[in-house]
Amino acid sequence: MATQASRSAARLMVSPSVILLFIWMAVPLGMVIYYSFRRYRLLNPERAGWNGWSNYSSFVFSPDFGGALVNTLILVLGVLIITVVLGILIALLIDQPIWGQGPVRILVISPFFIMPPVSALVWKNMFFNPSNGLFGELFKYLGMRPFDFLGQAPLGSIVTIVAWEWLPFATLILLTALQSLDSEQLEAAEMDGAPVLKRFWYIILPHMSRSITVVILIQTIFLLGIFGEILVTTAGGPGTASTTLPFLIFKEALLDFDVGTAAAGGVVAVILANIVAIFLMKAIGKNLD
Amino acid sequence: MGRITLDKVSKSFGEVNVIPPLDLTIEDGEFVVFVGPSGCGKSTLLRLIAGLEDITSGQIRIDGNDATHMPPAKRGLAMVFQSYALYPHMSVKKNIAFPMKMAGVDPAEQERRIKSAAEALNLTAYLDRRPGQLSGGQRQRVAIGRAIVREPAAFLFDEPLSNLDAALRVGMRLEISELHNRLETTMIYVTHDQVEAMTMADKIVVLQAGVIEQVGSPMELYHKPRNAFVAGFIGSPKMNLIGGAEAAKHNAATIGVRPEHIAVSATEGTWKGTIGVSEHLGSDTFFHVHGTGLADAMTIRAGGEVDLHHGDTVFLTPDADKIHRFDKEGLRIE
Amino acid sequence: MARAVTPARKSINTAAAWTVALIIFFPILWTILTSFKPEPVAVASPPVFLNFDWSFENYETVIQQRGYGQFFWNSMVIAFGSTILGMIIAIPSAWAMAFVHGKRTKDLLMWMLSTKMMPAAGVLVPIYLIAVYFKILDTRFLLTIVLMLMNLPIIIWMLYTYFREIPVDILEAARMDGASLTNEILYVLTPMAVPGIASTLLLNVILAWNESFWTLNLTAFNAAPLTKFIAGFSSPQGLFYAKLSAASVMAFLPIMILGWFSQKQLVRGLTFGAVK
Repeated sequence: MATQASRSAARLMVSPSVILLFIWMAVPLGMVIYYSFRRYRLLNPERAGWNGWSNYSSFVFSPDFGGALVNTLILVLGVLIITVVLGILIALLIDQPIWGQGPVRILVISPFFIMPPVSALVWKNMFFNPSNGLFGELFKYLGMRPFDFLGQAPLGSIVTIVAWEWLPFATLILLTALQSLDSEQLEAAEMDGAPVLKRFWYIILPHMSRSITVVILIQTIFLLGIFGEILVTTAGGPGTASTTLPFLIFKEALLDFDVGTAAAGGVVAVILANIVAIFLMKAIGKNLD
Repeated sequence: MGRITLDKVSKSFGEVNVIPPLDLTIEDGEFVVFVGPSGCGKSTLLRLIAGLEDITSGQIRIDGNDATHMPPAKRGLAMVFQSYALYPHMSVKKNIAFPMKMAGVDPAEQERRIKSAAEALNLTAYLDRRPGQLSGGQRQRVAIGRAIVREPAAFLFDEPLSNLDAALRVGMRLEISELHNRLETTMIYVTHDQVEAMTMADKIVVLQAGVIEQVGSPMELYHKPRNAFVAGFIGSPKMNLIGGAEAAKHNAATIGVRPEHIAVSATEGTWKGTIGVSEHLGSDTFFHVHGTGLADAMTIRAGGEVDLHHGDTVFLTPDADKIHRFDKEGLRIE
Repeated sequence: MARAVTPARKSINTAAAWTVALIIFFPILWTILTSFKPEPVAVASPPVFLNFDWSFENYETVIQQRGYGQFFWNSMVIAFGSTILGMIIAIPSAWAMAFVHGKRTKDLLMWMLSTKMMPAAGVLVPIYLIAVYFKILDTRFLLTIVLMLMNLPIIIWMLYTYFREIPVDILEAARMDGASLTNEILYVLTPMAVPGIASTLLLNVILAWNESFWTLNLTAFNAAPLTKFIAGFSSPQGLFYAKLSAASVMAFLPIMILGWFSQKQLVRGLTFGAVK
């Protein structure tokens, strides 16, 4: 609601962002679709030409694609389950009356601010390394053979690292949601004779459900793009044991210099991300009015 | 000067027609109150005059000049908002000075006007405080001060008292009336409270669904409501509206009797009923009488010392000269 | 109001909460401790916790021999540059959408958000080719632009949610008081929005600082920020735990402390206002 004059001023002020974001979205998307149908290898660029769907078939039917898809799924789901479940438990614990709630919050939130290559290298060397990592020491102390985490369970190790990075985010948001719960509601439930577990199940959990949805969706968007952690820990290996979709595209593009196939992979990634995005947008859109 | 004329002014938001074409003239120096239930379009009408909304069609003239397409700042009007709309990051003094700063008023003149406004509004001690440190009534006064220093052609008030508690509201009502007497500037005042309208206005404009139901002085509206809506809206407690056979006896579709125009007696009268709730205010007593067969509950205003209580049977007698009659369309029958 | 609990109950809760918090924080603490150890102590078995000769030697080595300064400067330029540039573009847009709320504002906001959903890996190829074509690969300019565009939707959204909390009445009052659009933004909106603008700035600097897809893929050395610097430690030859730790601490400490001050805004910014 406003006057005509302010509306035209508004249109003028919105346009730079709209134009920039449109270019940022449309140009790369157009190019990635274009190249996905082209034969284009950076190492012999003269052999360029239309390539039909063969980039897609060589990407999708390559032995690595199925594995990468499964790995991506395991990474995303694994991290989601760990962070949401632990996040709820930790949020409930911190929300209790305790001494030093402020410092506790600060300690819990800290990993979120560590840049991915740092967390990945710290975990890789100082915890997972079988000869002088802390977990190796712990195993030795317990009289067991040291376990080569990144060699034997590369994906599980990466899930651990990423879950550690994202646990603070889930905890913080769920804690915020928890603290917005009207305590009179809980007291009313208590008066109605609901024991602790029932109160959690029927009052607290439904109250948090929207925040849980938001946490899941936003994390999914970020987790689908996990890259730095893999690059510095396993580089997708051993073999392709920890190669995810973004990492596979990276390998095609910047290690094998096969632009066409990487572009086809890019289109596949865009489609997958958009499926998630539709759900996220619905959840956020509801909250706009 | 501040004569404001609305000529066939209308407003639609998309498909929704909020205000159908409407004519209204506000004379210079008049205190005009727009009153009506919430959603009746009274605030929208004020915002059209202010220039905060575009009108869909018609013309607005201020002192004879076409102001229809003028931006708010150029219209020479000052507005006091319901939320006071003080600038939270500026001191009281800077708040009051802001419109003068925007207009490029000479600093010495600014000082002079701030000083006189602050004295008039009892704000001198608070000039260096921030709005957040003031009480509701003080904030209201700052908002008024900010309006005064502009020396506007007219003041616009948008429900300025609705955020204050009851006691403060009565006080501020008096202050605004005094201000009007002193400045003799046109004031347009929007409220949903008919008591504010009755006590402050020279002229009341009763609105419903964007349509002007009646324009007139408070006493005209009280004595000669043009229709049943105005009759029910003006006056407190509300007029008793009675339909059916009793109205037919008076050759009307509906008759209305104000609570203060009905005599109550324990022994004899026209209508018989039982007292439900009785509210003893000291100066007055309000009885809600049931079972008369006329309306669900009749409200009666009696003196402060009437010895009647819940469950008593009473007889009611309307003052025959003060019965209002309305036809099927709700229009007054003279 | 929190209900009173017995001191015993509170003690148990406190102990549990602190244990959990310290476990979560432990990798960071261990990195900080290791950064002060001589290399042999850093890999000693069994591990040494506190009783070693604390020294800043690792920090000196990292700064003097590994060219830390250059990477740090690149990180600063890219993180602050992209955020400030983004703010300059976003403030007018967010203003317009928050205060001239039209029918299509919601669609526009959702569309802006949708650009954020584009997986970086999906558009790596075209961005890389564009950078090669314009010969801007491995420049701070390229990264500043890319990170600005990447975070622009978040910046607009955060500002939008903050601006929406400023009562429209106050802006209308300014209009009635004779303020032009410029004066309205300059004297009324901006001062009132300072807290929101500051936290938007803070959060987006953090996000840009830690971004590690584009910074790793579009830089080699000249424009390489700290993410690349740290990733350089992954090759086994160059690996020294204590020096890695010192470099890591220097890369995360300033931003972690900034982050501590932006907890509340973090929730809001990263959930696009869906959780407050």
